Amino acid sequence: MFAYVVGRLFATIPVMAVVAVFVFFLLRIAPGDPAAIIAGDDATSQDIENIRAKLGLDRPMLEQFVTWCWRLFQGDLGISIFSNLPVSQLIMQRLEPTLALTLSTLLVAVVLAVPMGVIAAWKARKWADRVVMGFAVMGFAVPVFLAGYILIYVFSIKLGWLPVQGYRPIGDGLWPFIERLILPSVALGTTYCALIARITRASMLEVLSQDYIRTAESKGLATTRVLLVHALKNSAVPIVTVIGIGIALLISGVVITETVFNIPGLGRLTVDAVLKRDYPIVQGLILVFAAAKVLVNLMIDISYAFLDPRIRY
Amino acid sequence: MTSGMGKFDRLRSLSGAIVLAAACLSLLPSTAPAQEKILRAVMHADVRTLDPYWTTQTIAGIHGMLIYDTLFGVDDDLVPQPQMVGAYDISPDKLTYTMTLRDGQKFHDGSPVTTKDVVASLKRWGARDPAGQRLLQFTDKLEIVDEKTFRIVLKEPYGQVLATLGKTSTSVPIIMREKEALVDPNTQIQEAIGSGPYKFARELWVPGSKTVYLKNKDYIPRSEPAQTFAGGKIPGVDRIELIWISDPQTAMQALINGEIDYLEAPSVDFVPMLEQSRNVKVMRTGKLDSTFGLIRLNHLHPPFNDIKARQAMYRLINQEDFLRTVVGNPAFYRVCHGLIMCGSPLENQGGSAMLKEYNPKKALEMLKEAGYKGEPITVLHATDHVTINPSTQVLIQAMREAGLNVDVQAMDWGSVVQRRAKKEPPAQGGWNIFVTTSSGISGSNPIIHTWLGAACDRGLFGWPCDPEVEQLRSKWGFAQTDAERLKIATDLQTRAIEQVVYVPYGQWAQPIAYRSDRLSGVLGVSGLAVLWNITKK
Repeated sequence: MFAYVVGRLFATIPVMAVVAVFVFFLLRIAPGDPAAIIAGDDATSQDIENIRAKLGLDRPMLEQFVTWCWRLFQGDLGISIFSNLPVSQLIMQRLEPTLALTLSTLLVAVVLAVPMGVIAAWKARKWADRVVMGFAVMGFAVPVFLAGYILIYVFSIKLGWLPVQGYRPIGDGLWPFIERLILPSVALGTTYCALIARITRASMLEVLSQDYIRTAESKGLATTRVLLVHALKNSAVPIVTVIGIGIALLISGVVITETVFNIPGLGRLTVDAVLKRDYPIVQGLILVFAAAKVLVNLMIDISYAFLDPRIRY
Repeated sequence: MTSGMGKFDRLRSLSGAIVLAAACLSLLPSTAPAQEKILRAVMHADVRTLDPYWTTQTIAGIHGMLIYDTLFGVDDDLVPQPQMVGAYDISPDKLTYTMTLRDGQKFHDGSPVTTKDVVASLKRWGARDPAGQRLLQFTDKLEIVDEKTFRIVLKEPYGQVLATLGKTSTSVPIIMREKEALVDPNTQIQEAIGSGPYKFARELWVPGSKTVYLKNKDYIPRSEPAQTFAGGKIPGVDRIELIWISDPQTAMQALINGEIDYLEAPSVDFVPMLEQSRNVKVMRTGKLDSTFGLIRLNHLHPPFNDIKARQAMYRLINQEDFLRTVVGNPAFYRVCHGLIMCGSPLENQGGSAMLKEYNPKKALEMLKEAGYKGEPITVLHATDHVTINPSTQVLIQAMREAGLNVDVQAMDWGSVVQRRAKKEPPAQGGWNIFVTTSSGISGSNPIIHTWLGAACDRGLFGWPCDPEVEQLRSKWGFAQTDAERLKIATDLQTRAIEQVVYVPYGQWAQPIAYRSDRLSGVLGVSGLAVLWNITKK
């Protein structure tokens, strides 16, 4: 197992290298020029050229790439073109809100979805199953931004229970921290919850038809024990896989959620940087996202061995 | 038999530790003490750049005006009044301006403001800003007399010295420390230390989210009442937080819910909802409309390298169509058949007849006479811009209805600003038309109004080329009386309309909205938002 983990960690190096090459050159090929954005409406073509020269954007693309890679090897993600601050500092500033939102969404989704899926499978083709599957269809169908606006209208504007927007670090108090995460987590978690509930139901249905489940039931074990210990544990591999895939969905989902609920996280940083053509930030963020995705996949693979003793690396 | 704690015990201990850690963290002091008066304002954009000379972004100007001060500031009638300057004198031949700084002005690091700082700042600003470049072009020397007095000695009696020093749209001539002012104008400065009513709190700055300013307790405001950018600048709250909410609906709801106090640029779609909300006031910004819209044609390539084809475009534009789409509420917009802002002291009817004839059939005939045979006309369409997107859509529809072959290039605004700088023919990555907007303040002064220029290759994108327009702009700068200025402005507008430096599609006032139950002292100002003098209950 240890050798497998080390091997997988080393395998991330070429993956990250390919990502770095693609990110760098795709950004340079894409239309848009940060110098023109900085220079503004009153600038002449010469003004734009002067700014490009100062930013080093007039140098050959290969030279720019080598410079960037060299800094990257030294752990330097570069300096933001607009704010003149280190990209690593900007990412660190935004990491906490995104992590908080992602984890709270995961929590909301898993805590709700797994029991819903289990109940739907247990009561297959009965009204409880239909209610759960109805919710799952609706969860998929409602876009995150619409769910967000509806939640804001009901719980913030009409009822006044929760704030409309913003993020407060946990250092500002536990309740201020939590109250600003409830609506975004529910809005973002709905789709995710629907996905996990469906997969849990399907996986559980397959397991519940197995002989060993019948044996467990005929031994006189309590239904809860049969469902949670015998069935759910054996259904866990596809559920965990979907949770892992869902983290990638969350990364794209937080962009919209952070915008609607004004959470200063990595998603908004990405969109703003793309619109401004702040190349160093976009490059840094994509590398961070890619690394996160690789690590999540690795963790899921490792978890298989714990969930299913037959799987060995 | 198990050794030590079981799985569930460990889990319980872990959850206990997390709850305990969270509880401890919750006891840590908040970054904003509760007794502080905090003005939470949502602006039209986020502060990303600390150098107000380095970029022309309006938000950089707002940031600059909070932490720096200016030599002059305009009053409600846009007349420049001394701000950092205490006394000034203009020589009888109008060639020498002698200015003395007010007493007691200090930078936020405690150092006094001296004429060394002033001269270095003006030079750095003049290297980037077109109005500043023009002023320096007519300046023979910038002389330091002593620590508090300096002179501007002109080569010719240029009549726009004070107006240029009191410029308040983008690239405001703020005064920074000499240390920063000596930095290359194309390189961003690292420090944001001014002498204005608020201090920049770098440690609390989260680019893309929040910018914080703290009251400058050492600031000595002028004794005159506040008027636009003139008079006393009193830091009325302890702290200003400029919060960036990119979603206009969320920003509106945050104001209604009382989470913010001030919304600089509410979407016009939401103004009726804001007007009906309790404790929210919607205010018009200043006497002058804040914004005007313009359609820029590329003079380098067919069909618009022909004056007749350019003039044909006037016949396609019904300003009401654009303004209803972009603004909606007639209370906030105005049809203006001129290139100099309607409502400004220089408003005139020079050449306006040409703009009043809406006739798409005639437009097509004129284009054909100019040699247009149905070739595609490339329109750059910024789909992510709240104003430019709908304006461009109206334009495209008008062109198609008239029978023109329109090649729409949809892209984000960042791509438009790159592509519009290209001089190549449209088929090789260039363009024929793009739509943009500009500020009402700059549109009311022919020198600052750069879109009105026709300086060929040295001019703005589209590169209109007409020496007469440029001569009239310069001549206006030397006019000494209001009557003379109006006469030259009329001639200038007539000529610029004839040459079609751009096609206007109307002007409008961007309202602001704020919590009337908490704030007082809010000034409605055309151009940059004024946040000093606002007090909070």
